[in-house]
Amino acid sequence: MLLFLLLSIVLMTVDHRYHHLESLRSALSVVVYPLRYVVNIPSEIGDWASQTFASRDTLQDDNRTLHTRNLLLKAQLQRMDALEAENTRLRELLRASKKVGERVLVAELLAVDTDPFTRLIVLNKGSSDQVYPGQPLVDAEGVMGQVVHVGPFTSTAMLITDPSHATPVLVNRNGLRAIAVGTGASGTLDLPHLPNNADIKPGDLLVTSGLGGVFPPGYPVGRVTKVEIDPSLPFANIEAEPAAHLERSREVLLVWTNHKRPPPQAAAPDGKVSK
Amino acid sequence: MMQVRHRGGGTIVASFAVALMLDIMPLPHWAALVRPEWAALVLIYWCMALPDRVGVGVGWTVGLLLDVMEGTLLGQYALGFAIIAFLTLKLHRRVRVFPLWQQALTIFLLIVLEQLLVLWIKGITGQSPNLWLYLLPSVSSTVIWPWVFVILRNTRRRFQVT
Repeated sequence: MLLFLLLSIVLMTVDHRYHHLESLRSALSVVVYPLRYVVNIPSEIGDWASQTFASRDTLQDDNRTLHTRNLLLKAQLQRMDALEAENTRLRELLRASKKVGERVLVAELLAVDTDPFTRLIVLNKGSSDQVYPGQPLVDAEGVMGQVVHVGPFTSTAMLITDPSHATPVLVNRNGLRAIAVGTGASGTLDLPHLPNNADIKPGDLLVTSGLGGVFPPGYPVGRVTKVEIDPSLPFANIEAEPAAHLERSREVLLVWTNHKRPPPQAAAPDGKVSK
Repeated sequence: MMQVRHRGGGTIVASFAVALMLDIMPLPHWAALVRPEWAALVLIYWCMALPDRVGVGVGWTVGLLLDVMEGTLLGQYALGFAIIAFLTLKLHRRVRVFPLWQQALTIFLLIVLEQLLVLWIKGITGQSPNLWLYLLPSVSSTVIWPWVFVILRNTRRRFQVT
């Protein structure tokens, strides 16, 4: 009994203070992978059924909307290409470092729950797909979070709404820097330590600032929903709503930022998009 | 001394696997808050029924697996489950003959103890959830215990686990 007590205390200390235990964790995650896989099956079946038994009308409707959306996005992309080229040219003129495009990989959420008091999700990609701890995670609308533990076939990611997660952001309108801290509630981020006279108002878009080195700059994080100024308090009480569909997305994008290891080119082409 | 043959190890492993799966089954947020501690309940049952087979070591291992699945600090549930197993082993002679509702009360105390321990560890590492919400699973575990007990007892008899 004492032996096990000591063993757990040592494990907890080592896991909390140092990061030598990731290999043990990833080895154990292989052991629990079958359990996670089985728990995920019902929702896979649900997905499959809703796709297989979709009516022709729905599919045609979907097709039509997607066509329109595609056209719109393509038009935007053309402009974007021109802007990017111009940006590179200008940066070269200024002799600033060139921004290299980022690589992304589509991962799927496993339908398994974790501790209800944290905001963790489990993904179906692991170190066999070159996922690394600290890797940013985005969906179509904005930043979702970052990878915290990596196993061979699965990885665990922390959402930006987790109470122990902070995202370096800036206000897109004027470049004001801030930190967006998770609250544990699903739809709110907290922006502490902004003075009462800070130029920020409801509706302002927050994007990642790239400071801290985890998130690439320029991805949307959320929109300010509430600015409460109480002159008796040193800082304004500011809340924001995450832009990403944190509770709804089934598919997420793993991003490889410039200075981190890129995935090898020879990987399977399915689901892989490179910009 | 006569060597006792153990049988039905597979059943024990399978029951723990099912419990761990129930522990990570996706549920809506309100339901996840009252999710019973399935793995702990199964552990208590086996410690009570077969104290010479399932003990502190098994509890510790199951707890460690739960730590990996829940993404929590490694060793936090392992510690809690080892203590549950230890106390159940100490109490099993008495608790085994209790009527079901008295057993459920004992289970309530054991699970509350485990939860407070885990809460304490969480507090030390800097995340402290709301205490009353946090203790809800021990209530739901108590309510569900009679059914878990009957199901596991029937399973044990059916597969003749000794």
